[in-house]
Amino acid sequence: MSGMLAAALALARRDLRAALRRWGELALPLCFFVIVLTLFPLGLAPERDTLAAVGPGVLWVAALLASLLALESLFRSDMDDGSMEQLVLSPQPLALMALVKALTHWLMSGLPLVLLTPLVAQAFYLPGNAIWVLALALFLATPTLSLIGAVAAALTASLRRGAGVLGILVLPLAVPLLVFGARATDLAIQGQSAAGPLYLLAALFALAVTLAPLAIAAALRISVD
Amino acid sequence: MLELRDIAVARSERVLFDGLSLGLGPGDLATVVGPNGAGKTSLLRVVAGLSRAHAGSLQWRGRPLEPGDPVYGRERLYLGHQPGLKADLSVSENLRFLLELQGAGFDPEALETCLAPLGLGGLAHRPVRALSAGQRRRVALARMRLCGSLLWLLDEPLTNLDVDGQALVARWLDEHLAGGGLAMVASHAPLGTRHPGRRLEVALGR
Repeated sequence: MSGMLAAALALARRDLRAALRRWGELALPLCFFVIVLTLFPLGLAPERDTLAAVGPGVLWVAALLASLLALESLFRSDMDDGSMEQLVLSPQPLALMALVKALTHWLMSGLPLVLLTPLVAQAFYLPGNAIWVLALALFLATPTLSLIGAVAAALTASLRRGAGVLGILVLPLAVPLLVFGARATDLAIQGQSAAGPLYLLAALFALAVTLAPLAIAAALRISVD
Repeated sequence: MLELRDIAVARSERVLFDGLSLGLGPGDLATVVGPNGAGKTSLLRVVAGLSRAHAGSLQWRGRPLEPGDPVYGRERLYLGHQPGLKADLSVSENLRFLLELQGAGFDPEALETCLAPLGLGGLAHRPVRALSAGQRRRVALARMRLCGSLLWLLDEPLTNLDVDGQALVARWLDEHLAGGGLAMVASHAPLGTRHPGRRLEVALGR
């Protein structure tokens, strides 16, 4: 048991360290997120009402696409340098290792996105209360997205050009997150309680965190075969 | 300890060989030889548990092997074509992770004494990115000494190694076998081991 925990921590430490030494790759999806969001006020009429109306939807779609961008690298380098073989061969449960990898990935791609949101949301004239609901909804939705995305990334890990397939696999599965997330933000803008959709997002996370690791592990075994 | 029964190996639905049976006990060395494409790597990947055998069964310590068997995971060491090292991490960070992953303890002093004969003394904190192909291979080989596995599955361990490195692999193999270890090695070049124990040759594609 303690060996399992030590291995899980070692994997998290290794992934964080390797990623921080290539911080440029981490910054890429965040830059994409900010640039896409600044394009909308420029492309649409920069009027307060228009922007506040499209704001929540645009923010959610941009967040989805930005995390999709970060997903490709999740298992790619491990496949290329052979460490995926060693992960699969290790005595540790592969589902646990998969969970650690997905959550570490979220720490480096999803969490920065959540932290950045209150800043970029200013460009869409969202009321203060709605900004915090939006950040909370993203905080609940992005880990789920990382887990769903990890299943797809594991399935496409052995494909040379997996990025396109990844989008086709992940985005339809992300629809519930988009629906509940945008709904929560809308309710907050109208000054109503957003608790319902937020609870649903939390429930989706509970579902993903229990089931996705098993699916990722099975997909990884297929991919290294 | 390791039993292969009627193993058939296929790649992309094409059967490379079938009916391979083999038993390895403590101190036994099996060398896998054959021309390119005969299935040496595929066989080692099946024995390691990375790929499924097309037919036949594998046993370790008298028990059939399932994917993700924790006992086999600790006792078997597989060194494939790819060394499994992260280019951005240092030699010691990489080895520490691989050892902890396998459930083996990490001892910085043991690491230093292991790296010295490999010609990597003083390079423990150098990122793997800065090493040559031969040096990377040597880092991967350090795991043979550090993780204390009983069964070594080595796929072309001599690739990229100079004469000294090849002699070192032979010496470590001898010591491993003399200590009751098992090894299965795919290699084009003669290994140069001197251990008098049982040696089996698995000739594929003949």
